Amino acid sequence: MLTSILSISLGAILINNFIMSQFLGCCPFFGVSKKIDTAVGMGMAVTFVMGLASAVTWLINTFVLMPLGLGFMQTVAFILVIATLVQFVEMFMMKSLPSLYQALGVFLPLITTNCAVLGVSLQNIQNGYNFIESIVYGITGGLGFTLAIVLFASIRERLDASAECPKCFEGVPLALISASLMAMAFLGFSGMKIW
Amino acid sequence: MSFGKSLKEGLFTDNPTLVQLIGLCPTLATTTSITNGIGMGLSATAVLICSNVVISLLRKIIPNKVRIAAYITVIAGFVTMVDLLLQAFIPSLSASLGTFIPLIVVNCIILGRAEAFASKNSVGKSAVDGICMGLGFTFALVLMSIVRELLGAGTIGGGAITVFSQPATIMILPAGAFLTLGCIIAVMQKLLKKGE
Repeated sequence: MLTSILSISLGAILINNFIMSQFLGCCPFFGVSKKIDTAVGMGMAVTFVMGLASAVTWLINTFVLMPLGLGFMQTVAFILVIATLVQFVEMFMMKSLPSLYQALGVFLPLITTNCAVLGVSLQNIQNGYNFIESIVYGITGGLGFTLAIVLFASIRERLDASAECPKCFEGVPLALISASLMAMAFLGFSGMKIW
Repeated sequence: MSFGKSLKEGLFTDNPTLVQLIGLCPTLATTTSITNGIGMGLSATAVLICSNVVISLLRKIIPNKVRIAAYITVIAGFVTMVDLLLQAFIPSLSASLGTFIPLIVVNCIILGRAEAFASKNSVGKSAVDGICMGLGFTFALVLMSIVRELLGAGTIGGGAITVFSQPATIMILPAGAFLTLGCIIAVMQKLLKKGE
């Protein structure tokens, strides 16, 4: 049990990083990575929602969809659950945790259309994870996302300050090429195997 | 707006992927071969056209407050249909695209067009918009996948023609995806500036 959790975590954070090797969650990765503060906020919000969504979608799939033979409704059910979940989290935070809401609030609506959240829910089912493993995969996947977006934001902060490049490469193209170099670095983990 | 003008906007001047920079996840992930690129592009186009038409038909019925949830439900319905059709008729494509078919639901292009265009325009215009934006997305995917497959695998068209035998494998790995997209967007920016 412990080894499987360890290997899932290491896999989700480094080897199969959600952004750097699976391309899930690229929109916020490029959208909100201009400053380190906002990148940290986004990362935390995504981690939180991914963990929660993994748990809820696993329960729905196992206790509602499977017994009723509605496996083909997965996509529809999951996206609706995620959308409502995000809405509830937002309302709950606003009422009872205003300080956390101040920090993460702006990012929450964006997360509904973050493919990492739906992606992790679908992968949990595909990989046949149990309840605990699903939650671990969700949270560590989110941590991997946070790691990548924070590293990327710190690169971009310097790029904007000091980079000299041809005019047409300014902005997004340069960011993409930096991301490419980062992905090469993450490629180094791909040979890693545990047990 | 004429069909030609909106086609030009969708394919080039207002291309969803290369100019508006939305829907990047499938663009990066599924362009390892031309077959995958075309398959992904056309699947998303089919969903986009259908969802645009249905949302445009329902635009006066859907209450404003729950519109996003309603759009997502419509889109998810069509995505499920496309997913099941692909599994039944083109299982190899369905297997190689994997979770990215169900993930069309959260493709920002489709929700974006629903919110920005189909919810305000007539059925005919929305259908045209769906076709043009969908083709623009497909065009971007095909462009990406031609470059990546040629350099990364040394072939064109899923191994049909072998161009060179010692390819640079990095181009079909994730790093190559970011690199190719970066260069294509840079070229786009250059061309658009010239056009002004």
